[in-house]
Amino acid sequence: MPYLVHSPEDRSAMLETLGVRSMNDLLVDIPQSLRLESLQLPNGLSEFETMAQVSSLAERNHVYPDRLTFRGGGIYRRFIPAAVSAVTSKPEFYTAYTPYQAEASQGTLQAIFEFQTLIAELTALDVSNASLYDGATAVAEAAMMAYVHTGRNEVLVSGYVHPEYVQVLRAFGEGRGIKVRKGAEPNKKTAAIIFQQPDFLGLLVDARRLTQAAHDVGALAIACVDPISLAMLAPPGEYGADIAVGEGQQLGLSPSFGGPHVGFIACKRELVRKLPGRLVGTAHDAHGRRGFVLALAAREQHIRREKATSNICTNHSLCALAAAVYLTYMGPYGLRQIADVSFRRAHSLADRLARLQGWEPAFPERQFLNEFPFRVPKARSVVRKLARKGILGGLEVNRWFRELKDVLTFTCTEVNDPQALDELMAVLES
Amino acid sequence: MADRRYTKTHEWVTVDGKHATIGITDFAQSQLGDVVFLELPSAGRKVAARETFGVIESVKAASDLYSPVAGKISEVNEKLASKPELINSDPYGEGWILKLELAGDLPADLLDEAAYKKVAEASSH
Amino acid sequence: MSEPLSFELSRPAVDPPRLPEAEVAGPAPADVLGREMLRARPPGLPRLSEPEIMRHYSRLASLNYSISENFYPLGSCTMKYNPVVNEAAAALSGFADLHPYQDEDSVQGALELMWRLERALCAIVGVERVTLQPAAGAHGEWTALRMIAAFHHSREENRTEVLVPDSAHGTNPASAALSGFHVIEVRSGDDGRISLADLESKLSPRTAALMLTNPNTLGLFEREILDIAEMVHATGAMLYYDGANLNAFMGICRPGDMGFDAVHMNLHKTFTTPHGGGGPGAGPVGVKSELVPFLPAPTVERTNGHLRLDFKRPQSIGRVRSFYGNFGMLVRAYTYILAMGGDGLSQASQDAVLSANYLRKLVEGDLDMPHEGPCMHEFVASAQNLHEEGVRALDIAKALLDRDFYAPTVYFPLVVPEAIMVEPTETESKATLDAFAGAIKEIVAKAKSDPQSLHEEPTKLPVGRLDEVSAARRINAYLQGLSEDPVLRWKAPAEAPETAPQQTLQESPC
Repeated sequence: MPYLVHSPEDRSAMLETLGVRSMNDLLVDIPQSLRLESLQLPNGLSEFETMAQVSSLAERNHVYPDRLTFRGGGIYRRFIPAAVSAVTSKPEFYTAYTPYQAEASQGTLQAIFEFQTLIAELTALDVSNASLYDGATAVAEAAMMAYVHTGRNEVLVSGYVHPEYVQVLRAFGEGRGIKVRKGAEPNKKTAAIIFQQPDFLGLLVDARRLTQAAHDVGALAIACVDPISLAMLAPPGEYGADIAVGEGQQLGLSPSFGGPHVGFIACKRELVRKLPGRLVGTAHDAHGRRGFVLALAAREQHIRREKATSNICTNHSLCALAAAVYLTYMGPYGLRQIADVSFRRAHSLADRLARLQGWEPAFPERQFLNEFPFRVPKARSVVRKLARKGILGGLEVNRWFRELKDVLTFTCTEVNDPQALDELMAVLES
Repeated sequence: MADRRYTKTHEWVTVDGKHATIGITDFAQSQLGDVVFLELPSAGRKVAARETFGVIESVKAASDLYSPVAGKISEVNEKLASKPELINSDPYGEGWILKLELAGDLPADLLDEAAYKKVAEASSH
Repeated sequence: MSEPLSFELSRPAVDPPRLPEAEVAGPAPADVLGREMLRARPPGLPRLSEPEIMRHYSRLASLNYSISENFYPLGSCTMKYNPVVNEAAAALSGFADLHPYQDEDSVQGALELMWRLERALCAIVGVERVTLQPAAGAHGEWTALRMIAAFHHSREENRTEVLVPDSAHGTNPASAALSGFHVIEVRSGDDGRISLADLESKLSPRTAALMLTNPNTLGLFEREILDIAEMVHATGAMLYYDGANLNAFMGICRPGDMGFDAVHMNLHKTFTTPHGGGGPGAGPVGVKSELVPFLPAPTVERTNGHLRLDFKRPQSIGRVRSFYGNFGMLVRAYTYILAMGGDGLSQASQDAVLSANYLRKLVEGDLDMPHEGPCMHEFVASAQNLHEEGVRALDIAKALLDRDFYAPTVYFPLVVPEAIMVEPTETESKATLDAFAGAIKEIVAKAKSDPQSLHEEPTKLPVGRLDEVSAARRINAYLQGLSEDPVLRWKAPAEAPETAPQQTLQESPC
């Protein structure tokens, strides 16, 4: 059988050492009435047959080429350097466990420490944790921090924050009695204002004003940010946000039907003790050598149990490693170029779309980076027509926002080359 | 000091007129290990007897701190912020945690040294 | 042997990587956006060439122990072999390059995989439906408790307490508290199993659920599980199964049949998705029919061979993660289940139990065994017998590292002093188990002859024991504003000039 190592002779020898006749003698504690004859599952397959079955499922999906993908909504096609998977597919990284024994886990610990520093640098905040599950749970965890820090139980969601992030925030909030309000004015009960920069539609918000509005009532400002945009935009730490969170998929991770990716969270120094999840810090051994250890563990569930700041145990280390390799590969100027190319192409596309009969920007007065909303005639049939030509067109946002009927958001990145833009326009013009 | 009294949750208190001083016992610090952090309230706050007023942390453990007596916090040991190790090196002296202005009578269930010794022995199995 | 940080290796003169140019007539950001919108100074990312980056990470990799090279007897963590075919399956373009917001018709294969995985997990644990959304075990626990809360709420019952054994994983009480419950601890009896008397005294009309893992964290099967289930259900509460220990009995028995109403599973333990140095994992939750209406939305439904996502679930607790969970991990777990089949999974659990008992037998003369066997897939020993020599569980753990083994879980569960928790799994050979037992014997002998030297181990690894106490004190000093050394991140030395040149970002690099 695959992956099992004992031979029948090994099993007999082990049973003999134990002084028992059969496996049943080791399972005596299980009530007889609970014992199964067998599992109601087919028998196992050879690797060849296994892959044939799994591949046939993969082939039943339609994959759009990255250059012809103009749909984002939180997951983006980006160029992924080969270095990323070359590192993450090293078994020393992907088959290691959470680094409890620091001396035998320095590779993972140092990589996480570098990730923490990279995120802190990008967001211009003091400290980042080792990662969270995704952007949505990162928003929810940040709201919990604000609740604990301020002792207030309302959080305000400002503008078009990713609708799935808000749904997750609501589900988290319900357990702790936290109210999630949209479009309301901040007041003395407000624990935090949460905004997304750029927002779910791709539009830029006035992050400075929102941060100030939060601080005016003694609330925290939580900025949900696109990590690549931070090569270009003023970072949360610069405009005074207290916590920055976000989805790190764009940092070297494939779309994978939505996961696994990586959430990140960084905050000001005075909030660090409330930060959920793992943190890695430096320490020294008796010979004065520098090493890395899990730090501030006494905040965590395995020590504080029901008093812990969060229940998170597993994080997304391997995805954080991918993000670290990606950011190190790009460096400050590579990342800026990626952001810049995406910006120019998206603006060029927006100009061309605006010339189509009946097409107009949904929010003409608002600025954007590389994703933007257009009001178009018969959005659904536009998307279908593009699909027939092998193009993954804009995202219909009406399914989440009733007021945005016939609005499509289009996204452009460095993978959508100028010919791809021409192909998209040719279909739309036909 | 003869007039030091204890709680089952391993805090001590000494009383001088209306003023009380609170810390954790030598046994508690030895169980906790090297103290790395204390989360403490500010002066001015009122606490009830047996109320949680803070948290003490070592690398491997964290435990809540309970006030043995009721009163208003008049002083917090500021030195502990930069030198939490004072709790380990001198739990009954420089490692004191809070000073309180007492409100009301002392709780009846405070333990004397002999009674506390038994509690400590029982929990060190 | 050590490796500098990427930030320390960084050289400002290194060229950025070659990347596409815009090649369109779009405006530059500075032409459109106001100066206050833009970043004034580039982020302080390192600047390295690709060869330097690859060498850096290869060196870091060499500093790790991992299941690919080392026996990892980490109790409760089920560190078994991660089949390489799983990685090939998840990397198929038909999965990896799939956008989550594609039309349903274009993702039928992905939805079919999720549907089939759900059916397989239902069969393995004996439940009606499974949600695949939770990203990790603790996330699954919390999801299950939210469903249990919604269930009681729908019956207009005000149940505010969750019972958790003292031997439980720390995530149990933390998840319960985050779901809005008060946590009440239930004591273990002397035989290491939950005390029925104590449970009886703590069950009440306020009890929402009992969280239990079976076998428990001592590796012991709760023989009276059927009585426990009856007691819990008699009060109107639910029984929750912490699936960390599922590897003990696949094909042997099922939590659903034991009376559990909600069951979480760790795909990264039982179903071989790699741990990745701490994640990503996946923590699906299975439920019996009473809880089905409360499952997170969307669920995957199948009618006449057509798969669809069902978002219209009025009683759902909502969404617990964006999109559909850690899909890539679902592909790996499904691949594993296909390859193993019902027969393979049953044999895997039997081998896991056999290996644990065998190893327990080999080391029982060297370490204390506080509870009687047989055990299931793991056992808990204690280093109390070395108390007089001043040797502790931690010393044994560190000494094992010097002998090429990763360490067992130590100091957990909390109910055993000096606990050493060992889970060998079915993918370690008899020869490896014999070698591990030999290492324990040698370490215990050394503890008796030369205890001082054990305190100094490990000596063969990149670093020796690290001083966590002074690290923690330095961090706390920083967090309280008493120092400017953050410890939790690298910071450029103050005197040195900025690593990146002071180029303003208004100048486009292209």
